[in-house]
Amino acid sequence: MTVSGWAYIALITLLTLGAAIPLGLYIARILKGQVRFLAPVERGIYAICGINPDRPMQWQEYTVALLLLSVIHVVILYAILRLQQYLPFNPQHIGGMSPRLAFNTAVSFATNTNWQAYVPEAQISNGAQMFGLCVHMFVSAAAGIAVAGAVMRAFTASSIASLGNFYADLTRITLYLLLPVSIVAGLFLVWSGVPQSFAPFATVHPIVGGAQTIGIGPMAFQEAIKEFGTNGGGFVNANSAHPFENPTIWTNILENVLLLVTGFALPIAFGSMIGKPRQGFVLYAAMAIILGAGVIGAYAAESHANPLHVAAGISAAPGNMEGKETRFGIAASTTFNVSATGTSTGAVNSFTDSYMPLGGLVPIFMMQLGEIAPGGVGSGFYTIIVFALLSVFVAGLMVGRTPEYLGKKVQAKEIKLAMLSFLILTFFILVGTGYTVISKTGLSSMANAGPHGLSEMIYAWTSASENNGSAMAGISADTPWLDYGLGTAMLFGRFAFLIPVLAIAGSLAAKPKLPASSGTFPTDTVLFTGLLIGVIIILGGLQFMPADTLGPIAEHFQLFAGKTY
Amino acid sequence: MIREIRPALSLVVLFTIALGFIIPGIFTQVAQTVFPFQAGGSLIMQKGRPVASGIIGQNFTGPAWFNPRPSALMGTDAKGNAVATPYDDSESGASNLAPTSATLLAAIKSRIASWHKTYGAGSVPADAVTSSGSGVDPDISLANALAQAPVVANARHLPVEDVVALVNRIATQPALGFIGTTNVNVVQLNLALAEMK
Repeated sequence: MTVSGWAYIALITLLTLGAAIPLGLYIARILKGQVRFLAPVERGIYAICGINPDRPMQWQEYTVALLLLSVIHVVILYAILRLQQYLPFNPQHIGGMSPRLAFNTAVSFATNTNWQAYVPEAQISNGAQMFGLCVHMFVSAAAGIAVAGAVMRAFTASSIASLGNFYADLTRITLYLLLPVSIVAGLFLVWSGVPQSFAPFATVHPIVGGAQTIGIGPMAFQEAIKEFGTNGGGFVNANSAHPFENPTIWTNILENVLLLVTGFALPIAFGSMIGKPRQGFVLYAAMAIILGAGVIGAYAAESHANPLHVAAGISAAPGNMEGKETRFGIAASTTFNVSATGTSTGAVNSFTDSYMPLGGLVPIFMMQLGEIAPGGVGSGFYTIIVFALLSVFVAGLMVGRTPEYLGKKVQAKEIKLAMLSFLILTFFILVGTGYTVISKTGLSSMANAGPHGLSEMIYAWTSASENNGSAMAGISADTPWLDYGLGTAMLFGRFAFLIPVLAIAGSLAAKPKLPASSGTFPTDTVLFTGLLIGVIIILGGLQFMPADTLGPIAEHFQLFAGKTY
Repeated sequence: MIREIRPALSLVVLFTIALGFIIPGIFTQVAQTVFPFQAGGSLIMQKGRPVASGIIGQNFTGPAWFNPRPSALMGTDAKGNAVATPYDDSESGASNLAPTSATLLAAIKSRIASWHKTYGAGSVPADAVTSSGSGVDPDISLANALAQAPVVANARHLPVEDVVALVNRIATQPALGFIGTTNVNVVQLNLALAEMK
């Protein structure tokens, strides 16, 4: 650990938390329909699509609209991936994907997961990246923020039936938030060295002789929304470790802030929407504390070089450099990977499979907490709201008061729905990992032996179920079991979580808003922030501790005992 | 349900056309007009043909060149056997070997032995014997470059101080002392080295 490393982490913290506040206020204005600088375009979209933006939707209608849009998207993307050899922009003449890989990939991008069981350079054409994957990066991100907006509206008024209009939310978020930021950030990326070209791979002739392939493509536009929409699907296999996706420390800072900022902005937007900024700041602070602890933990772990390698004669000074890029070093590498797992981005600028055991535990644990620090765009917000409801419920049990959150009574129905959504995630992570490590096909997918192999599978199932998309990337992910199994986990992780959340929102929206009384447990205090963090760690984290102990923690002790596999 | 089909379907089609074709198409045109060098992959030309991308590493070997970091990239040969394809950017990625991997430990031990043979005894710069995340890392640490400099100078019959001066000229320092690392772009360093008399 170095002073400059800590200074870098402080810089990312300041930029992210600072930018989140104005951005949050801006998102609140978008959700209220007050941002109008592209009003003619917006009206045109509504006219073409037959949308009445003012039609109120109950939670059931909102859910149906969201599911229908997602199903259509999955089907179209599946077709694009299967048929990419017949579609334009395929200079490398890449063939169609197999049915199971196309299923896995289509689901992965429609659920904002961006799990990549394919090798991008060899298995997907520029065209399929552009009009397949990249479109999903916008739409799945906008859909997540739309649901967050619907949940916010449940707390704004007394006894309302409507959560807003899904299509209007989707359109406005795309037009006024995702697209402008992506264009500006994308141009900065091109200026910094990220290619944007439809040409085939270039061949250069090194001065030492021979030939070298240089894999260019339309990367910059996709790179921006990949981070800003917390998608994470790399244009190339090495993701943001590749000098073309992330050429300099400045692009690294931009990408790191882009992938975090909306997650922190949404609680601010929430505070603004309900007219109680402090309530938003409580969620924002809880997110920041958890993420900060994760970054510090991973940075500390990776700053120590591997003791076996040091004994063999390697300089211990820089820390663990296996799988990391020289231009980033330890602090920028760990900050990026922890940020991308605290959100549902799953981009990487260094390879977690080669992290020290405890350095690799941090990203796993960040995902297992439920992706709330600060979580994916939209999904982080609605997940932490569910945690907030559980926290007032727990507080209510402890002091014998009727739990209320922001004037809305939290009753058995909401708590049952909340627990249901968490249990589904737990089921897929633990049962999926469990079956994988006892099955022949699962075992053959591991890249490393010993406890690290278990870590790889815990990581894979956690990443898919929590819609993160990063991996301990050595595994062979394109097998029938993992393609279909993880694909199913991604579907349930997104929709089986999201539907109960919308049901909770619908149920709360319909309730009258009670005035705060002396019996109300205040939810805008430091005490509540602490309680919320406690509930997140106990509920989100502890259920996975036994599994994590057998993976990364066991590996840690074995490494320091000098054991290799 | 039925009445949601039209808006959902038409939004998907509209978004696919706008976000998948029109906007990235215009974006590409603008990028190639304003930043043609970067948009095309930062290709460095010599005598009318590209010799390297300025930001993608290249596999320089032997004592007469500054050597880049080990690259974990693997490809297949004509017979379908797995072979090492260091710095071939048609694919990218890391070794993904675990900290407890015996394979990784053996690889690092053999790289350390070969380093000691070429550059002498002592502690070995970490980046010189660990493989990078991308497999095409263009940079090495300044410590690594300075450790290689005397051997490179000797092999090319150049004064050591000139080669060290070149390394220091190409090296980049962290902005404001903490943004970035102290490193040297090996491709640019070797291209400049080839020009030295």
